[in-house]
Amino acid sequence: MTFEYSPAPESTAIVDIKSDYNLFIDGKFVPSKGGKRFATINPANEKVLAKVTQATAADVDRAVKAATDAYRKTWSKLSGAERGKYLFRIARILQERAREFAVLETMDNGKPIRETRDTDIPLAAAHFFYHAGWADKLEHAGLGPQPKSHGVVGQIIPWNFPLLMLAWKIAPALATGNTVVLKPAETTPLTALLFAEVCQQADLPKGVVNIITGDGATGAAIVNHPGIHKIAFTGSTEVGKLIAKSVASTKKALTLELGGKGANIVFEDAPIDETVEGIINGIYFNQGHVCCAGSRLLVQENIKEELLAKLKRRMSMIRVGDPLDKNTDLGAINSQAQLMKIRELAESGDAEGAERWSPECSLPEKGFWFPPTFFTGVSQAHRIAREEIFGPVLSVITFRTPSEAIEKANNTPYGLSAGIWTDKGSRILWSAQQLKAGVIWANTFNKFDPASPFGGYKESGWGREGGRHGLAAYLKGDFA
Amino acid sequence: MTMLVIDGSETSIKSFLRTLSPVDQVGAESRAAMLGTRSIKTASKLWAIDTAISMIDLTTLEGADTPGKVMALCTKAVRPDPTDSTVPHVGAVCVYNDMVRIAREHLDNNGGKSIPVAAVSTAFPSGRASLEVKKRDTEDAIADGATEIDMVIDRGAFLSGNLAKVFAEIVCIKEICGDRAHLKVILETGELVTYDNVRKASFLAMAAGADFIKTSTGKVVPAATTPVVLVMLEAVRDYFQMTGKKIGVKPAGGIRTTKDAIKQLVLVNETAGPEWLTPDLFRIGASALLNDLLMQRMKMKNGQYSGRNYVTLD
Repeated sequence: MTFEYSPAPESTAIVDIKSDYNLFIDGKFVPSKGGKRFATINPANEKVLAKVTQATAADVDRAVKAATDAYRKTWSKLSGAERGKYLFRIARILQERAREFAVLETMDNGKPIRETRDTDIPLAAAHFFYHAGWADKLEHAGLGPQPKSHGVVGQIIPWNFPLLMLAWKIAPALATGNTVVLKPAETTPLTALLFAEVCQQADLPKGVVNIITGDGATGAAIVNHPGIHKIAFTGSTEVGKLIAKSVASTKKALTLELGGKGANIVFEDAPIDETVEGIINGIYFNQGHVCCAGSRLLVQENIKEELLAKLKRRMSMIRVGDPLDKNTDLGAINSQAQLMKIRELAESGDAEGAERWSPECSLPEKGFWFPPTFFTGVSQAHRIAREEIFGPVLSVITFRTPSEAIEKANNTPYGLSAGIWTDKGSRILWSAQQLKAGVIWANTFNKFDPASPFGGYKESGWGREGGRHGLAAYLKGDFA
Repeated sequence: MTMLVIDGSETSIKSFLRTLSPVDQVGAESRAAMLGTRSIKTASKLWAIDTAISMIDLTTLEGADTPGKVMALCTKAVRPDPTDSTVPHVGAVCVYNDMVRIAREHLDNNGGKSIPVAAVSTAFPSGRASLEVKKRDTEDAIADGATEIDMVIDRGAFLSGNLAKVFAEIVCIKEICGDRAHLKVILETGELVTYDNVRKASFLAMAAGADFIKTSTGKVVPAATTPVVLVMLEAVRDYFQMTGKKIGVKPAGGIRTTKDAIKQLVLVNETAGPEWLTPDLFRIGASALLNDLLMQRMKMKNGQYSGRNYVTLD
């Protein structure tokens, strides 16, 4: 007797994808000035979903002008309470249209519907609700008596959590009184364009939010535009460094949320079954396309065999396949380019002498897929222990003592996240004090809340997003 | 893997239980909740419904139980849906001791020879009686034809740290059962409260000779919550790794709907593994559940819901 789950696909009838999308500037969808179209595809089957616009420097200029006008004429004149009303309205619309957003996100990104439905969209709405509450209380945020907005904010977001990263960026920017020019990632523009419709539905004053699509060239045009007062970027450390250089000689404020190589540290007294779940959630959630992924498993050597046996058993139950199936745990890799990068790094693991393991799983023929994988026999010197893979690939490293664990965890140019697994409260506190990471989870992993600031040490970024700390990034005042 | 070295002494039991990994409450609950989101449709749902029916310990445990009530229950156990012979019979009938003979005879005379009768013995549900009484209770039930004994552990002894007493009682009842009856040990997890206690009590019962570990009497709330069942399924899976012996799990109490039952089967499938999806290793203690399963089954076969009066009361 076996319990085979029948296909349980979420219907796509709820989404209405247009064949072509223009740019959302000054409250309207407008054609580009000279920009070409490019396709966005469903990475699970490589079918074209829609054509979107490659915004030109002239388009960026129009968007910045619209945002500047909106800032001067309307948005900066509204009281915090009035701004808050718009944010509440957006949050409610996101909740009402949650299924539509979830299905569209899954189609454009390749991540499982279970995750868009239960994580991405509810958290995106939560960010708007949270920041709506701050809008009329900024003078009580501990950031000075009258903190001021910057003006026009340029925001560039990645493809791993498209709508959620949009919410992380737009909600605090609007709550603090800024206006926005936002560029979604070129492989995942559709939920941002649907969000533009939400702005219309919410009667948000024109020009407060402008959404322009395009590739790195469009992003560079935003970063270098003189009319922009602040840049917020989430993406790779490589691009983050270029942005930092570009704005270094300007007065632009900058926050960067970059890569990571998070350590998930498992001590011998850890609650082992929940630890296995935490490891799974740390690296196989969202196909490992998570900047704060627990991509290094640091396990105390005396429990390595037991832990890996349990991990293997659990990994063999991961359901890989159609992202729209409600029972899928691991979806498609977002793009061909990302798949090549993951493969290249995994092959470097093989070449450098680490041992690769994946459960047996049949991958679909079309689309971009990589099985859940871990490497044992990994040393600190291996590329797979140092470089961000941004895929479902875990590097297993052992340690003997708590201080060795901390040393290895901190021995990385990154410093975004870490996990601690132990039954001892005192060891959690001690470890958390030693770890150089912006987010530290104890006996859990990849848990997010808009009230909790998120950000990195070292090459993982500058500044914080979320919580009271996140507001500071969008305000000028005595605190700066 | 840890070796089981228990000689029945308090020290040996405690030192073994100390080797068990702790359970994190938040993690266990979120895993159980995640598995609760599995979407079981079409053919897999039909399979799950029939499997769940075959795993039910159809139960009546009331002071008001009468021979008439028990006989009706037995009739239903043999042929849950009189209009459809493709519906499997249930896993067992579960009654109080004094009803065992009536149940056995009625099953035997009505085509249910293969359906075992389970008796709740050992001063069910509280277990507050002397060992002599508990032994006698068990002997009675077996003499009357029970081939499954659902015993309760002494929760007071467990909570006060007198683990040797809990262990010795299980050993003793197991001896009486011998090869005449299967032993299910009820932990009454609603009184043990923490998942660490559930995990420890599960191992204690298995090491003492339980063939099945069972969540609850059905008389205490909460009963068979999904995280509790998850923790017990992890325990039987780990015990199998240690000893090579497969122990069954029986959630009982609070499982009333098809959805609840399917969640249980998903838990089994993705925790202990598919090899536990058999009535020999998984049972569901329930009464109202059977009718909901039958109604869902009719709906899947006919395409529409039939009213409550299209399934028999008992």
